[in-house]
Amino acid sequence: MSGRGLFGRIDWITIFLYALLVFIGWINIYSTSLVDPNLSIFDFSTLYGKQLFFIGLAALGIILVLFVESNFFERFASIFYIISILLLLGLFVFGKTIAGATSWYNLGFFNLQPSELAKVATALALAKFLSDIQTDIRTGRHQMYALAIVLVPALLILPQPDPGSALIYFSFFFVLFREGFPLYYLGILIFMVILFATTLMFGTVWVAIGLIILTILVYTFKKASLKIPVLPVIGVIVLSILFSLSVDFVYENVFEQRHRDRIALWLSLEKDENKLEEIRKTIGYNTYQSEKAIESGGFFGKGFLEGTRTKGDFVPEQHTDYIFSSVGEEWGFLGTVTVILLFSVFFLRLIHIAERQKSDFSRMYGYGVISILVFHYFINIGMVIGLLPTIGVPLPFFSYGGSGLIFFTMLLFIFLKLDSNRLKDGI
Amino acid sequence: MKKLLLSSIIVIIGFTFIGRLSYLQLFRFSPDQILEDPAIKKIYDYPERGYIYDRNGELMVGNQPAYDVMVIPREVQPLDTLEFCSLLGIDKKTFISKMEKARVYSPRLPSVLVPQLSKEDYATLQEKMRHFVGFYIQKRSLRYYTTNSAANVLGYISEVNEWDLQNNPYYVAGELKGRTGIEKQYEEVLRGRKGVKHIQKDRFNRDIGPYKDGKLDTLPEQGTEIHITLDKKLQEYGEKLMHGKRGGIVAIEPKSGEILAMISGPTYDPSLLVGRERSKNYSKLHYDSISKPLFDRSISYEKEPGSPFKTLNALIALQEGVVNPNTKFRCYHGFYVGNTLRGCHCGGGVRDMNSGIYQSCNAYFAGVFRRIYDKYPTTDEGMDVWEKHMKSFGLGNYLGTDLPTGRPGRIPDKNFYDKWYGDGRWAASTIISNAIGQGEIAATPLQLANMTAAIANRGYFYTPHVIKSMGSSGSIDPKYTEPHYTTIDRKHFEPVIEGMANVYKYGTARWIQIPDIEIAGKTGTVENFTKIDGERVQLTDNSVFVAFAPVENPQIALAVYIENGYYGARYAGHIASLLIEKYIKGEITRKDLEKRMLEKTLEHEYAKPYSGEPFKINEYVW
Repeated sequence: MSGRGLFGRIDWITIFLYALLVFIGWINIYSTSLVDPNLSIFDFSTLYGKQLFFIGLAALGIILVLFVESNFFERFASIFYIISILLLLGLFVFGKTIAGATSWYNLGFFNLQPSELAKVATALALAKFLSDIQTDIRTGRHQMYALAIVLVPALLILPQPDPGSALIYFSFFFVLFREGFPLYYLGILIFMVILFATTLMFGTVWVAIGLIILTILVYTFKKASLKIPVLPVIGVIVLSILFSLSVDFVYENVFEQRHRDRIALWLSLEKDENKLEEIRKTIGYNTYQSEKAIESGGFFGKGFLEGTRTKGDFVPEQHTDYIFSSVGEEWGFLGTVTVILLFSVFFLRLIHIAERQKSDFSRMYGYGVISILVFHYFINIGMVIGLLPTIGVPLPFFSYGGSGLIFFTMLLFIFLKLDSNRLKDGI
Repeated sequence: MKKLLLSSIIVIIGFTFIGRLSYLQLFRFSPDQILEDPAIKKIYDYPERGYIYDRNGELMVGNQPAYDVMVIPREVQPLDTLEFCSLLGIDKKTFISKMEKARVYSPRLPSVLVPQLSKEDYATLQEKMRHFVGFYIQKRSLRYYTTNSAANVLGYISEVNEWDLQNNPYYVAGELKGRTGIEKQYEEVLRGRKGVKHIQKDRFNRDIGPYKDGKLDTLPEQGTEIHITLDKKLQEYGEKLMHGKRGGIVAIEPKSGEILAMISGPTYDPSLLVGRERSKNYSKLHYDSISKPLFDRSISYEKEPGSPFKTLNALIALQEGVVNPNTKFRCYHGFYVGNTLRGCHCGGGVRDMNSGIYQSCNAYFAGVFRRIYDKYPTTDEGMDVWEKHMKSFGLGNYLGTDLPTGRPGRIPDKNFYDKWYGDGRWAASTIISNAIGQGEIAATPLQLANMTAAIANRGYFYTPHVIKSMGSSGSIDPKYTEPHYTTIDRKHFEPVIEGMANVYKYGTARWIQIPDIEIAGKTGTVENFTKIDGERVQLTDNSVFVAFAPVENPQIALAVYIENGYYGARYAGHIASLLIEKYIKGEITRKDLEKRMLEKTLEHEYAKPYSGEPFKINEYVW
């Protein structure tokens, strides 16, 4: 095997799926940004022309990554991490502000977004830390270190402000869970989100009643052999109610009005139908237009370049965050399901690859990559089809944007490079 | 578990997304969303409405241009309201309320702000229009009439209302639609089809080119011109004669069922319902509850037909074989029902069919009527037979004329009387009034004219209609070219027609003969009642006349029904006589007769019930 060289050992299935996603993404960017059909697709004054240029850059990046020694990434992970933290800090002084967020360095021909770089660096650093022989994730101290590696860049990104990108760092929890971080942390997190949402929807009193009824039901129908201690359960209920009581305060004082509007819309908190419709058309304008565009596609879609809402530019930011709505309108249910399936297969393939790594570092890094990609995919499409509140993150490989495409590509191909080297790891 | 966590999450997310997408794209999707797609604007190109010509190719209805001021609320920018209002000739309050109405209807669809500006107003407004963003002028074509007659037959058009918009997706606010008469009946033929251009818009509502390169666009289809069966000259002449009289006249060409004239009095000038004065004029006509000019008496006025009905009873008796033309009945200046004498004006004596008809003897027809019923063992069977014969003349039900209004009239049946008198508690003598066309019978002038046409044809008729030809192909609905046969054999018509011809020679209408034209006719003088303060009051008799001419090869059959005109031979007879002469000869030789009809009005009769004073009826003022 080792004799077959790099091209024999790299995972071509993943590369094929990657290329397909980038291609479909570009087709849709072409459709959303087409103004004059007579212009060449290489015309760099157009968005699709620029994106084509970025795809070229990404290809260069792939070649660069593939020709670097595998253990370079493991060895220099800490250095990358420190550099990206410094870059994030530097934004507070030298940052360029675009659309209200100070998230970019102006490199003249190109705006660099260090939070994208930081995702790669964090994935590497976390993998390196966890794979260290001296690290034991079951100890509280090491759990704290791991959390710090994840949360420091997140906390630096949050005030840019770019809560969407900061939120992405939560995806690293999947790496931690994979490596033995207790699962009930996830359970507690989900429980808190549910408590938060239900309190907003029904109020503390009903939440408390619901909890108590639930507890009674559990005690009534549990197997007689199963013993559940009473005191801790009561403790949990009391804590839950206290948390629930704090929800209103947090909601009213910590969140800003625009956040409250988004949540209100998401949970349908407004009971007045007319007012809800009004919110939907003002604050929820993007999502409203995006849903309408997808809906109007029907089963077969309106056809390539035939999307009236896409052409009319009805969905704001359609070439970036809302690119999936263009798929929905022009390619219909067939197109959207194809893209969902393609992403799912792509992710499952990556998990398969991650699990076959002999090196802990490679596997953990792989999980980092997958988690980041899945998180983007989930939040982005969830938002575009109206399941999640508006959070601005791009759809990997699809959305228009140089930094995004190049760093997602680097993230992925570093993993593929590590994978191509897996047989040597054992030696 | 920990290895499968992420995989399961990916699968769950995938299913959730597909579920949501199914809801959006399969469940919520509807194929006619293009109608409400904000990204597509439709621009209409209106064809000209089809012209209407009379049977001789004379233009009756054409078109004239008019200009609507339209508004698209969300495009409106701040403007000098005062100046705009004065240009439009409306006050500020009206302006604000109309703007609000337009906004409520739709912020992005056009609404009519001020309809149908005249050419002059349009000229001054057009120069300043560019100052008023969000408003534009839509050219439309309005009807233009070359006649002041036939308003109820032609019908009118008016702006579509909310009901139309909801129930017919073809129409867009501000468009015009036929409301009554021919305009309504042949709406789709006359209006043609508007052309549509689809324009792709962006979210700032700017045009960014044709949608799908104009593949869905359509060109307007011109409205089809139609020829109707009315004779414009006859129609106009008839309406002149109706001056000051109430009632209905229908003239039919027997050999085709084509309606030659359809006159309702009082009527109005169709031009009143065109242009900006339309709604004012319409209210005036609509709320005139005394003379009811919008009520088409020629087709919707159902009343007892009176003596012309005797001809049908004679035909039925002949068909049933219960009398022959020589069968005689004695008239005692009336006839007895039980011990009561019911009067007759014929002068008394022995009557056969011929003199029974031309002297309009009530006693003779009471006898005939009883014979019809006596032939059958029970009154019910007699009634069924009689009803069947009557209905074969197009009475007692809608005729199926191509006009959207009308009334069915009434031929009573056994159930009707069972309900009224009780089962088995009535007989021929109870309903003897039907023998002379009074009682429970009701017919419209159209039905009477059609019945006369059936007699003129000796046994069949064509469904009366007003359409003669449409467009270049000229074809009309085949149901108007199929003869309907009555249940009476051809041979029985001659004795009855002879009696009707003698009405002119020796009978009730001998004063109104036309030189050189042999006419068959029948007078009718119909008692009628009204309610004044809840009390039943008798009014002067209605004057009825049916006739056809010439007796051999009839060209015209008509029915004239004049409210409170007293004897049949008076108003109705005179008018019928003049119309026949006008139609057949083209000119009137009896100028004195014509002058009398043009001058005489019945206004004094119509004022009586409203005078609040006791009044006399059936006075010999002539």
